[in-house]
Amino acid sequence: MAYLTRNALVRWLMQNPIWGFVLIVFIFFSLMTDHFFDLRNFQNILVQTSTIGLIALGMTLVMINGNIDLSVGATLALAAAFAVDVQGWAMFATWGSWQILPAVTLALLVGVVLGGLNGFIVWKTGVDAFIVTLGAMLGIRGLVFVYTGESSFYAMNFAYSDFSALKVGPLPVLALIFLLCTIAVHLLLSRTVHGRNSYAVGGNREAAVNAGIRVGPHMMVNFMIIGFLAALSGVLLSTQMGAATPNLGRDYELWVITAVVLGGTKLTGGKGDIIGTFGGVLAIGMLRNGMNLMQVPAFYVYVILGSILIAVLFLDKHFNRQAEGGLRL
Amino acid sequence: MLLTRLKAGGPAIARQGILVAFLLFMVAFSLMSDRFLSADNFMSVFRQSAIIGVMALGVTIVVIGGNLDLSVGSMLSFATVLVVDLHDKIGPELAIPVMILATLCLGAINGALIGFLRLNSLIVTLGMLSAIQGLVLIYSGGQNVDIVDQQGTWFSIFGRGAIMGIATPIVMFLGLALLFHVIMSSMPFGRKVYAVGGNPTASVFSGISRSRVVFTTYLISALCVSMAAIILGSRVMGSQNNVGQGYELQVLAAVILGGTSLMGGSGSISRTVLGVLMLAFIQNGLILMGQPYYMQWLVTWAIIIIAVWLDVAAKRGRLLSPIA
Amino acid sequence: MTRKEPALRLQQIVKTFPGVRALDGVDFEVLPGEVHALLGENGAGKSTLMKVLAGMYQPNEGQIYIAGEEVTMTTPLDAKNQGVVLIHQELSLVPEMTAAENIYLGELPRKSFGRVDWKTLHARCDEILSRLKCRFSSDTVVAGLSIANQQMVEIARALTVDARVVIFDEPTASLTDAEKVVLFDIINDLKAQGVGIVYISHRMDEIFTLSDRITVLRDGSYRGTLVTAETDEDEVTRLMIGRSLDLSRNIKTPELGDVVLEVRGLSCAPSFSDVSFALRAGEVVGFYGLVGAGRTELAETLFGLRRPDGGTILIDGAEVATTSPQDAIARGISLVPENRKEQGLVLTMNCRDNMTLPQVGDLTAGPFVSSGAEIAIFDQYRDRLAIKTPSWRQLVGYLSGGNQQKIVIGKWLSMQPRVLIVDEPTRGIDVGSKAEIHNLLRELAAQGYAVIVISSEMPEVLHVSDRIIAMYHGKITREFSAAEVSEDALVQAISGLGNGTAA
Repeated sequence: MAYLTRNALVRWLMQNPIWGFVLIVFIFFSLMTDHFFDLRNFQNILVQTSTIGLIALGMTLVMINGNIDLSVGATLALAAAFAVDVQGWAMFATWGSWQILPAVTLALLVGVVLGGLNGFIVWKTGVDAFIVTLGAMLGIRGLVFVYTGESSFYAMNFAYSDFSALKVGPLPVLALIFLLCTIAVHLLLSRTVHGRNSYAVGGNREAAVNAGIRVGPHMMVNFMIIGFLAALSGVLLSTQMGAATPNLGRDYELWVITAVVLGGTKLTGGKGDIIGTFGGVLAIGMLRNGMNLMQVPAFYVYVILGSILIAVLFLDKHFNRQAEGGLRL
Repeated sequence: MLLTRLKAGGPAIARQGILVAFLLFMVAFSLMSDRFLSADNFMSVFRQSAIIGVMALGVTIVVIGGNLDLSVGSMLSFATVLVVDLHDKIGPELAIPVMILATLCLGAINGALIGFLRLNSLIVTLGMLSAIQGLVLIYSGGQNVDIVDQQGTWFSIFGRGAIMGIATPIVMFLGLALLFHVIMSSMPFGRKVYAVGGNPTASVFSGISRSRVVFTTYLISALCVSMAAIILGSRVMGSQNNVGQGYELQVLAAVILGGTSLMGGSGSISRTVLGVLMLAFIQNGLILMGQPYYMQWLVTWAIIIIAVWLDVAAKRGRLLSPIA
Repeated sequence: MTRKEPALRLQQIVKTFPGVRALDGVDFEVLPGEVHALLGENGAGKSTLMKVLAGMYQPNEGQIYIAGEEVTMTTPLDAKNQGVVLIHQELSLVPEMTAAENIYLGELPRKSFGRVDWKTLHARCDEILSRLKCRFSSDTVVAGLSIANQQMVEIARALTVDARVVIFDEPTASLTDAEKVVLFDIINDLKAQGVGIVYISHRMDEIFTLSDRITVLRDGSYRGTLVTAETDEDEVTRLMIGRSLDLSRNIKTPELGDVVLEVRGLSCAPSFSDVSFALRAGEVVGFYGLVGAGRTELAETLFGLRRPDGGTILIDGAEVATTSPQDAIARGISLVPENRKEQGLVLTMNCRDNMTLPQVGDLTAGPFVSSGAEIAIFDQYRDRLAIKTPSWRQLVGYLSGGNQQKIVIGKWLSMQPRVLIVDEPTRGIDVGSKAEIHNLLRELAAQGYAVIVISSEMPEVLHVSDRIIAMYHGKITREFSAAEVSEDALVQAISGLGNGTAA
């Protein structure tokens, strides 16, 4: 029986190698530094990773669907700017702390609309998502600068910046939101018709079309979800900072893609899951946190992450070699 | 109406679309601003576009070969920091070749992983983007670097000097553009890059060493980055350790705008030069009209999507995609 | 047999594509509880007819009746809902999803909030799979199933609706003999339940074991329907091949030169093993066999694209190792590949550039490609092969199939090869160009080239070859000289019947 369960664990780790890596990193830092294995530090890690983690959930959906979204960093910045700015509008001056509500609602709506726009363009024009969202990345960043006029916004309502310090039991509220979203997206992907059809579209588009699955709407919905999550991530990040800067979220798309690919999601679509992505996000978060605690300069994290990403790709290729059918092309 | 015309003369329109849009922009801007058409303005736009331009040449060749290179931004940081830092330590005459060699090594790593091991170029160069950024920070210890004697060094000629009255960056950009244009259009190597990008399987069936060709495209890309680093380092006479951050996507935008397809096998150096200039002139024109510099990003967004859409639509003979 | 209302009836179906009349007034019907085989050469219109049946193509003319009522089917889903289901040759499954999800692809049962009703799904699927006597459970991921079991998933898909007609397209192409038996049982079960079966296959033995009637197509037109019990392979073959193509048998005795290529005991698991033959200058040797018999893999091995497990290759009597296409080309071996668009041509390039691609590195003046030398080569082979193109600047994608194939042949002829291997030289090419390419291959042999022709079309092999080597399941089963070969013996040698080495 013990043998059986151990076997199951080994098999599970074989299928989700990222969690083996998470385990190794966890043990390594627990042994190497005094401050790592500590409840407060775990809280920190969850809060630190929530920003990239939320977007990574959406990126998993989009990539399983066979697309990619490079515009998430810019969407994050625009949503953060809206959230911080709108609560200071004169029309909400008498609302007290309720002024946060329209601000956050509007910010999230902006994310959904921008995501929807990306999805709509991909659907209707048939242009590759890489190009569409590359354009959007530049354009939305332009919108951020137009809106903010190159300056930072500061939250005047202290309830807003205090939000990030709230806790529910031992869990910081930001970590809680991230975990709830993780569960929600996991259920969406694994339990709903939309989630399963997203796999089908990414895995074998022709078969999906022949089976009567409407490819375009599914892609658009997933782009709207990633837009929403990027905006949410922007709102939460701005509560942590009490401010929104125009350059917020630069290069986040690259970190997010790294986390998702580490988690085993394929760029070609059809393969991946939220459990893997969560592992990828945690791995990156623990690496950054642990190396910081060991006082290793942050630079080494970049080198290590880049190398791991390539190594994962290499191992994956190496183990799936038979696919080429022996033809040496 | 538009549909039928797309069907009839499809590829011709798509091929000229960028040129037409470019000319329209030029006319519109010159009507709206007196300074736009002046020779001074032309030269300054040209000079400013040189760094992105030189990098875009290399990336164009990689993309024609059917791959992507997202690591050029980090590589630019690496090369610039290296050449500026070594300038005061071993002198420019040694610093430049050492920097070029080191950058070529990074290109060779890309090329080996993508060309010989056949790993996905998007992810490999994404990983390299991160790794090289880390290398730069480790090398510089997180500090920015400077050249102390900024007046007395001949190194200044690349960024600040002129050759026969033309600013050196322009000469380098156009010179390299001409060189790569000749390579891509008239030499066996160029033909092989188009073949490998157009159909890798058929290329192997025709006895072309696909791996070696892809490897070489990444060496060329790295070489272009090192040239851009010479211009940048010499112009600034110093370097921040993340100076190239974000360049990879602007460069890619210029390449796509020029009409080089990410599918590989089509596109050209001359069209990339057009894409680079178009981006630069849009930026310049908007600034002359009193618009802030970031307005160009919004305009670029619209132009990229419309340009690529027309291109794709012309190939399939209808405007809207058949995606269900 | 009493006359029943046909489950599906096609009447006078015409389907045209630009420049091609793929189906020309075809009649076809399936009765409930009948296995109706559809036979024809490659390009005879089988796959077009199949796509019309499955709602993937709309016919230009003609009517479709299901259970006596006229219908139109505009999508595969449409056809499925009307009870007509196609089991694809290339499996159309989503590899990362479970069998159950694939069976109900696009129609997953729902609960509230768009949730998948897994209980209902698995209950239904397990029931269907047990009807098919499958041993795997419905929550197995499809990528982990054998090809045969993946096919069962496709068949299970057909049973989710009350299928009136199930179309099988070459279902046994990648099955083992044991798996075939299971498949045939299922087909007989379906038949017993009153489902009409359309069975498309090249394999004569299967058709005679399984079918009740046989309809033969040739060149897009209807050639007749035979009752299986009242006919034999000869009659069917005659109907299939006909004589209208003017593919007379090759009876000339060639003037043979020395042995150019000799292969001894060459093996490459799992595709072929222990293959030995010799090829002389001035002769055409045809390799005939079914798809999957190992012929293409043999050619790819000779061309350096696969690494052999054993055996030797000799050119002009000297042992050589061809480890890459560059090697093979340098030794004088050329390959015109099976799949013109994927392997033969770079569609984004023009005619001239495609033709000179293997030697572009040598056609130089200084460091530059000599456009003059390239055009000279292009002109020479355009004239010699009568390639119809407005200019060398034309992108090859715009040429007809026949002219595209001539570009590929020209590409290799201009390299002056010793051995020319041509894999399926006339696949997807119209009748006129076919004859031209056949004549060309004969001419080349007469000029002293050693030519290997791989083909799945019997008339083609008979027409162009001086010798025919039959392959079955990766082994050479028999060798015939042009004078002694008979169609019956050939069919038997490639389908594992008769005195071949049936596995």
